[in-house]
Parts: sequence; structure tokens; C-alpha cells
Amino acid sequence: MKLESNAPSGPIEKKWEKHRFDMKLVNPANKRKYTVIMVGSGLAGAGGASSMAELGYHVKSFCYQDSPRRAHSIAAQGGINAAKNYRNDGDSIQRLFYDTVKGGDFRSRESNVHRLAEISVEIIDQCVAQGVPFAREYGGLLDNRSFGGAQVSRTFYARGQTGQQLLLGAYQSLERQIGLGSVEMYPRHEMQELIVIDGRARGVVVRDMVTGEVETHIGDAVCLASGGYGNVFYLATYAKGCNTTAIWRAYKKGAAFANPCYTQIHPTCIPVTGEYQSKLTLMSESLRNDGRIWVPKAKGDNRPPHQIPDPERDYYLERMYPAFGNLVPRDVASRAAKRMCDEGRGVGPTGYGVYLDFQDAIQRLGRRKIEEKYGNLFEMYERITDENPYQTPMRIYPASHYTMGGLWVDYNLMSTIPGLFVLGEANFSDHGANRLGASALMQGLADGYFIIPYTIGDYLARHKPEAVPEDRAEVRAAVEAVNARTKRLLGIGGKRSATSFHRELGRIMWEHCGMARDAKGLQEALGMIPALREEFWKNLHVTGTGTELNQQLELAGRVADFLELGELMCLDALERDESCGCHFRLEHQTAEGEAKRNDEKFCNVAAWEYKGDGVKPELHVEPLTYEFVHLAERSYK
Amino acid sequence: MKITLRVWRQKDAKSEGRFVTYEAPDISEDMSFLEMLDVVNERLLEKNEEPIAFDSDCREGICGTCGFVINGRAHGPRARTTVCQLHMRSFKDGDALTIEPWRADAFPIIKDLVCDRAAFDRIIAAGGFITAPIGSAPDGNAIPVPKTSSDLAMDAAACIGCGACVAACPNAAAMLFTSAKIAHLGELPQGQAERPDRVLRMVAQMDAEGFGTCTNHGECEAVCPKGIRMEFIARMNSDYLKATATAGRRPTGLDEGGAG
Repeated sequence: MKLESNAPSGPIEKKWEKHRFDMKLVNPANKRKYTVIMVGSGLAGAGGASSMAELGYHVKSFCYQDSPRRAHSIAAQGGINAAKNYRNDGDSIQRLFYDTVKGGDFRSRESNVHRLAEISVEIIDQCVAQGVPFAREYGGLLDNRSFGGAQVSRTFYARGQTGQQLLLGAYQSLERQIGLGSVEMYPRHEMQELIVIDGRARGVVVRDMVTGEVETHIGDAVCLASGGYGNVFYLATYAKGCNTTAIWRAYKKGAAFANPCYTQIHPTCIPVTGEYQSKLTLMSESLRNDGRIWVPKAKGDNRPPHQIPDPERDYYLERMYPAFGNLVPRDVASRAAKRMCDEGRGVGPTGYGVYLDFQDAIQRLGRRKIEEKYGNLFEMYERITDENPYQTPMRIYPASHYTMGGLWVDYNLMSTIPGLFVLGEANFSDHGANRLGASALMQGLADGYFIIPYTIGDYLARHKPEAVPEDRAEVRAAVEAVNARTKRLLGIGGKRSATSFHRELGRIMWEHCGMARDAKGLQEALGMIPALREEFWKNLHVTGTGTELNQQLELAGRVADFLELGELMCLDALERDESCGCHFRLEHQTAEGEAKRNDEKFCNVAAWEYKGDGVKPELHVEPLTYEFVHLAERSYK
Repeated sequence: MKITLRVWRQKDAKSEGRFVTYEAPDISEDMSFLEMLDVVNERLLEKNEEPIAFDSDCREGICGTCGFVINGRAHGPRARTTVCQLHMRSFKDGDALTIEPWRADAFPIIKDLVCDRAAFDRIIAAGGFITAPIGSAPDGNAIPVPKTSSDLAMDAAACIGCGACVAACPNAAAMLFTSAKIAHLGELPQGQAERPDRVLRMVAQMDAEGFGTCTNHGECEAVCPKGIRMEFIARMNSDYLKATATAGRRPTGLDEGGAG
């Protein structure tokens, strides 16, 4: 396997322009002869499906939800970055590019990140034209706010529901194409297998989740925009249904999996309350604009927060990082919170929480202003905790939130399987070892609206549209694999539910491959996960049949894949014997407890190739070269 | 706490459904309603009984996937709260709760508490968008939008498409849902070009799906988890009237029908 980034040569600000000219085009009259398969309907998936359909391609789009409008992009709260410089505060494409490379702790591909920064500007224009109701100034122009990891205000937002509004914009474009007949939409369909013929991705096997019917869909290219795999931790801010199955099936068919250990733990989530807990809820990072984070100075100080006077509080982020204060990047903020709690200064019933306090902001700006900015978030917090954040500080703790790792893609978003493209969170490319806030929405839409429509044309122009007979051996084998798997899951007849296995896996991952990792813990996990997987296949209990809506069966299939992925994550975390961004190896830290990179050995992308069940996957390395950004120790002090 | 549940069980679209009673002891008041059902389901699994099928995804009140009727009220007793955000502290120890799916001809039941809301997608596909092909947009600030318009559009755009409005309406009307999208797009300068066609097409699709007509009961607004207001229905009716009177032509392919 050879990892060719295919990034064009030349000055960085000209690369994308040059590439767009160099790419081949498909004649407008020929586009309708090509079928593109899209899995996932979030920002990248809905954006990509609608933009390709607008160009004239025939698109088949799949999602596991009952409607494409429900993809988990919808839950993003804070905003979307764009280098518009509408604030006149010194922003530029170059600065967004630099912030993103630095924020990713110098583990992303320069050419991709620069393209993302360039496109960010067009995304806002496109969304406004679609009717996304971004926040406005009284003069009618677009408003901005600041966000973690940046010293300029470049974040566009729609109250605390930016993801919802951007997704509805993409969904409405998609529905328009569905109405016009250019996109065939298959909701409640879950991808189960990738079909590879003559070395090219040619289709998918999906399960109709209502009838249980197994269907094959053939196309000229396949796009996966199926999101991240952070639910491997069980408790996460992801939607319950988010899973790794689509990308994991592709991995097992030959697509390299890059940097699986890069998982982001978001600093501001509502802490865990009990064993029954099914998910964790994020409180937007934008709250850190006005909220101050603190813990008591003294260990074990159990007084209610309002009884702790200011001098006895430790506003630790402001103390440790005076330049960025409460707005340090997510990985830095999360680790600092963990450190406070590990020191015994955490708050709340479990001791795993820190305060996010709005008292000063309410005094400075008035309750009304705070309500206008964060009202829905405060309401959500109150619903879940029964505490009123206008009166008492929020309690927050980090939780699994985003995965920077994913299927390896080249500059064209194509994986190591020709014809298999990967978009959005499902790929690995732009965020390095840590994603900055308000960058996920940007990347999803950039991939979907503005990159895949070009790069897929270049690929398709090199291949004639041709049909694949349903009785091809590869198609039959893929269908049989799906049927055999379903039969196996239903036939174990054990005692434990899929959820109980998932919970146990999550505990192993959180403990050993979470915010802080070391060789010993990772090796332990590498022993525990295969043992748990073995038990899963012996002792799983699934009720019902395969020919009906069967939520236990769906869950079991997803957990089976998480049980394999978790092992790869630990292996990757073990082999990457350095700290960078969210990947924090206890063995490698500076005197102040910050991540310490090893650029000599690890300035690269680790891409894993599947070699068979029970066989160690093969590691391939794509070296990262920094021509335009100077490799430096990341500092937010 | 201990709760008694009377849950609608229905094998599939073709089978007859019925209520089945389950006892749910040892429930924590910090659980969300769906976490309580998760616990009930885990216990059913232990007894080798089929768990209760219900839809949910984000579990933070924004995706619109979850929703059922609790004691006759869509999304349960707490105002502006989806069932995933409803916590057991809203109930008392010993409460008996009847849980059933959204009931409307246009939302056929798939299984237990799961129903098919694809009709909503088809209403959007009929016209719930602004035609803005990707790549063709002018600069974002080239289209100033008064803050009041943008705020109002956002109020309407907050709809999560859960279907509670239909379930609560005695006529199973989808007018709160449809009008929210019409108001969102119709309030913005970008949405003006298609405004008359949009309302005619979306209303026609709404009728074709078999939804009923608004008779001003206001149940929809009362149960809406996102506080979508009935005034949007009035705006839709006004848009519809204007569009019929002034458009001079009907968009092709529309049958007779009306906003009521």
C-alpha cells in the first residue's frame, strides 16, 4: 500500500486553484450516466449529495435515521468559522490556516488545511443564500463571536443551534434534489458492506431497517460521510445511533484507517450522574466566552459555590494560560479539568466536575444579554440537572466528542480504495491531533459543497460508466457476508445485552485510551478488548428476527464493530510514542504538564492496513512536511 | 421510584396493537424518560421478552427523532421539552403512565412507538427550500437582513420536525410544521422569489399526504418542544391567499386544495 497525498505542487495559496484547473471534467450530458452512492446525510453527506445532483450526477443517498434531517451535525451548537475578517480584527485565510495547523498540534496536512481556510469564505455565502438565519447585527449584517484557540472573532452562529440551521440548509437542498428526482433517498437503511470490484469501490450492501431486507446498490463511485466513531467510549456527546460500521467495513475491504487514536474529549459537557446514563450532553464551547472556569483552591472544599469567596477560588485556566485564558483549545482545557479533579479539587457529587460560572458576565452584561446569547443552552442544562445556571454555576466535565482520526484520504478525499471517497468527520485529514471549535461544520460543508463535486469529476472522467451484474461473485459474496453476520448475531443465544458489552468497552477505552494514556494501560487494554470481544461472540443475547425492525440487532452489529475498532485505537495510541494534541501520553509531557511532541519520529500520519482477523494490521506512514508553517511548540500562555 | 407503564405494543404496520402493562421499580429521578425505557428494555431482555421499540437519536432535544404520547400529551407533561429531555423527576413515585405512538393517518405505525414521518420530508421536498445552487451565492453581507426578520426567521426555523404538533391536533393537521418553514424562508429577503410558489406547493403536498386542517385548537403550540407559535399558521394562510389571488397561475402539477 502506498500513501500518495496527491497534493499539487506550487505556492500553497495557488494549490487548489491550480488543481481545479488540472482536474478532468465530465461532459454535462454524460454526468447523468454516472451513479454516485452517498452514505450519511449530515453536512458532508447532504451537502455532497445535493451538490453532485445539482451538477447532474445520479445520486443514491443512504442514512440510518428516519429522515436525512436528523443526522448528528444537527446537534452542533456553537458556530462555524470563516476567514471573512468582517470584524476588521486581523483575520485572514492565512491566519485561519495557521490557527488550524497549530490547533491540530502540527499533525495535519498543510495543503488540505489551506484549502479548507480558503473555502470557509464561500461556505458562509452559500449558507446565507440558502436562508440560514445566522445571527445579525442591528444594521442587518452578519454577527460573529470568538471561539477557543483563536484570538480573532471569526465564528458565525445561529443562536446555540448553528449545526441545526446549517444542516437544515443542506437538507433542504437535498430535498429539492429528491423532489426533482436527481437523488434517490433511502432513509432507515444502514450500510453493512462495501462492494469492491476489480480494485474499485462499486457499491454497497445495505439493510432496510424496517423490513430487514438486504439490498445491493451499485454505482460508479462510493462516498462515505458517515461521521465519527466517538461512541466507542459508550458515554459520548454523539447521537445514540452514531457508529463506525460504514468506515469499519471499508477498512476491512482495504481502506487504510489513519490516526485512530486521535479522539477529542470536549471540555464542557454535563457530568455523569449514574450507571443508567445513556449519553453525555455537550454545553457549547461558546459558553467559555463569558463563563469563567474554576475549582476551589482547597482540596475537598465541599461548600456550595456561592459560599466560596473569590480569593479561595482557582480560575485555573486564567492562571495557567493568561493570553488565552478560558479560551484555550479543547484538548488543553480538558486536560486541565482532569488535572484539577485528579488533585482532589473537583466539584459535584462525584468529584468529577468543575464550575463554569456566569456571575461576572451577568453582572457586566445583564441577564437579558446572557439569555439572548445562551438562553437555549441554559434551558437545556436546567432540564438535565434541575439546577438554574443563572443562579448557580454550571458543573462541567470533559466527554468524548469528536474523532480527528478516520479513513485515510488523499487531497482528492479518496481513500486507498480507488473510487471510495470519504467526507467530513469520517475522514482524517484536516484537524491533525486536535480540532478547534467551530471547525467541524466548516470541514463538513467544505468537503460536501466545494471539494467532492470537483474531485469526483476527475475520478469519474477516467472511468466509463458501466453496469455491474448482480450475480458477480464480489456482489454475491458481500451479500452473503451480511446475511451470515446477521445470522451469527441472532444465533448466539447468550445472556448479555449488546448495551452491557458496549458499556464495558466504553469503560476500558475511557480508562486506558481516554484523556491520558500510557504504555502500561494501553497494553492492558489490548489484552482486555479481545477477551471482551470473545465473550461477546459467545454470550450475546439478541431477541427477535432479522426480517423486521429489530433495534437490538442493529445495536449488536454496531457494538461488534466497536469491539474491533477499540483495539486498533489502543494499538495506534501505543505505537505513537509521543504526545500531540488530544493524544496525551503520560510519558511525554513538558515540565508544565503540556503535550510534548516528538517531531523527529512522529511528524507523520499513521495509516493502518487490515490484514485479517486476529492478525496485527500493517502500519504505513505518510510523512508530514511543513513548508509554509514553522513547526513550533504549541503555546497558549 | 416505582412507575407503572401501559405501553402500546404493535408488531408491525399490518398487525393489531394493544396495551401491555409493565412494572418499573427502582427508577432514579435523575433518569431521562428514555433512560427509564432503556432500563425497562434491559429487564425485558433478561426475561427473553422483546424490548419496546422506540425512536431516539441525539437525546439532547434537537434531532427530532424521539417522541410519543404520555398520558394523552405529546412529549409528556413538561412544556417545551422532548421526551429525551424529560426527566423522571417530573413524575411521582407510583405514577401510572400510558405511552402510545403519534397517531395520525399520515404517520403510519411501523412498530410499537415507532412511526413513519416521511410525509414531512415530502412536504419540504415540495417547496421548503430556497433555490440557491452551490457556487452561485453573492457575499454573505451583500444581503442585509434586519435583525428583527432574522430573529423571527430563526424562531420559525427552530422546528425539529418531531411531529408532536400532528399528534396533538384533533384534526392531525401538519400546519404548524409546514407554516414554520414557510415563515422561516418567507421572512428572509433571499426567500422572496419563490414565496408564492412555495406556499402553494407545500400546502398542496400537505393535503395530498392526508393531514387535516387547522381549526384553531392550539394544541400544536401547547405541545411543541421548540415553542413554534400558531401565528405562523396565520402567516401561511395569508401567504396562501395572496399567492392564489396574485400569482395568476398555479404551479404546474398541483391538485385543488387549500390551507383551510
